[in-house]
Amino acid sequence: MSTTVDTAAARPAAGATRTRAEGRPLGAWLLALPLALVLGVFLVIPIIMLIVVSFLDYNSVQILWSFVLSNYQEALGSAVTWETFAVTIKYAAITWAITLFLGFWLSYFLAFEVRGTTWQMGLFLVCSIPFLTSNIIRTISWIPALGRNGIVNSVLLHFHIIHQPLTFLLYSQFAIILAFVHLNTLFMVTPIFNSMMRIDRTLIEAARDNGAGFWQTIWNVVLPLSKTGIGIGTIFVITLVMGDFVSVSIMGGGQSASVGIMIQNEMSQLQYPAAAANAVILLAIVLIMVFLILRVVDIRKEL
Amino acid sequence: MNRDRRGPSFYILAGLFAAFVLFLYGPIATIVILSFQGPRGGLTFPMNGFSFHWFHALFQAQMVGNFGDAITRSLILAVMVMAANVVISVAAGMAFRRRFTGSTVLFYLVIASLIVPSILVSLGIGLFFSQVGLDPAWYSSAFGAQLTWTMPFGLLIMFAVFNRFNKSWEEAARDLGASPWRSFREVVLPIILPGVIGIALFGFSLSYDEYPRTMMTAGDSNTLPLEIFAMTANVTTPVIYALGTLTTAFSAVVIMVAMTTMSIIRRRRLAKL
Repeated sequence: MSTTVDTAAARPAAGATRTRAEGRPLGAWLLALPLALVLGVFLVIPIIMLIVVSFLDYNSVQILWSFVLSNYQEALGSAVTWETFAVTIKYAAITWAITLFLGFWLSYFLAFEVRGTTWQMGLFLVCSIPFLTSNIIRTISWIPALGRNGIVNSVLLHFHIIHQPLTFLLYSQFAIILAFVHLNTLFMVTPIFNSMMRIDRTLIEAARDNGAGFWQTIWNVVLPLSKTGIGIGTIFVITLVMGDFVSVSIMGGGQSASVGIMIQNEMSQLQYPAAAANAVILLAIVLIMVFLILRVVDIRKEL
Repeated sequence: MNRDRRGPSFYILAGLFAAFVLFLYGPIATIVILSFQGPRGGLTFPMNGFSFHWFHALFQAQMVGNFGDAITRSLILAVMVMAANVVISVAAGMAFRRRFTGSTVLFYLVIASLIVPSILVSLGIGLFFSQVGLDPAWYSSAFGAQLTWTMPFGLLIMFAVFNRFNKSWEEAARDLGASPWRSFREVVLPIILPGVIGIALFGFSLSYDEYPRTMMTAGDSNTLPLEIFAMTANVTTPVIYALGTLTTAFSAVVIMVAMTTMSIIRRRRLAKL
């Protein structure tokens, strides 16, 4: 979904001749104004606010307008903060590895093994429709499968594969990762599928004609040409997992930690500056990760 | 390899794909079945009879609080977000067809809106409103918060649409003396209509189910996802599955209506040509 963006955004620059249909600069500016206003008021100002508040003092009732560094000192001085960030990064890394594997092979199947655009788009829709339904309901819907008396345990007990119900299935890190993979694989499939659909089919045939086997073709042709999609999917999955608290709180059963839950707890105790400090640290980590991904995968190469 | 024969990779990957679809849809199917539990049934199988008991219980107010009001609020908000999303995304999509002062910055802001963790947007807007002395409410702060999530998708759809858009139709209209508005209404809009319906679908559905960005911005009155999330902590009966079944069925109907409309438009267009 994002690769098409880059090309479209860049195109006006490429076509140097201005056509009348595209209108005057003032017209373009007016048309973009509502978007700019909403993003200014509901994204830029709030993020600036977040950064400002993270340097403010507070008592049990309200935020005090005096500059302090104590919110960061407390956050960075606490072992709990470091552990929480570490476990959240671990969730992101594991989820990334699994969704990348699934995203790559599902996209490969859709782009190269399925024949006919109707089938390709139809099966792609099957993968993407759940995105437009409730994430909370989709997460809850794992409970009947994974619980102590759930479907998985019942089946395993019935066939004498286990003799005691497995307790790690629900309210555990396993359950959290499962929910992340369930909710976020789509964000990997869409951009990789998009990249793969743009690969010139004759390149694959050329590779085969020159004697490349299945794996050689994948490694030397398909994978390098899907890198942009993989990069975009990676950014999506990592940012979604790093900021999550819904899946962790439902699937972790109230015992598991994540940065999102830590921030939410501080908010519910009205410690807004402390929450803001952790939020700014989270934002910094996410931005560093995105920056590193952009160093490895040049998304703008598609421009 | 012969082009007309399917290799073993096809069958292995078809198996993976089928397993993935089961993984994607299986859990929701189980809660649909379990929402028809008998009155003494629990959160897991086996089924303890078959009844509409939990759907019935859903409509008794004291069971889950004021969730009827929450549904109304969520529906109104979803329609508001849908309308604003369509207008803003289509206008910005038209603008982005050429370079203008600040277009690069605005483009990166749109991408930032998509990848900044939702909880930060929620907290930031909540702080902003409280510090300037405004009360957050579902129709103001939550409305804006949800737009920061839906607009990037709307704009991405517009980029995809204009990527395949043949400008000569529009130029012809202008050459024949049509005003910008008339050429948009009578030439551009009919061509991009399926994409516009897609933007409306994303705006409505993402708003209707939005939780993290609404959490700190809805004020005193909850939207439906906020009620549902509160229920996950303290409801231990299949009533939550009944609610999940109803709201998922509603989303499914919305998706089907949008997709049917899109395919009808495409088919009519083909018939005309």
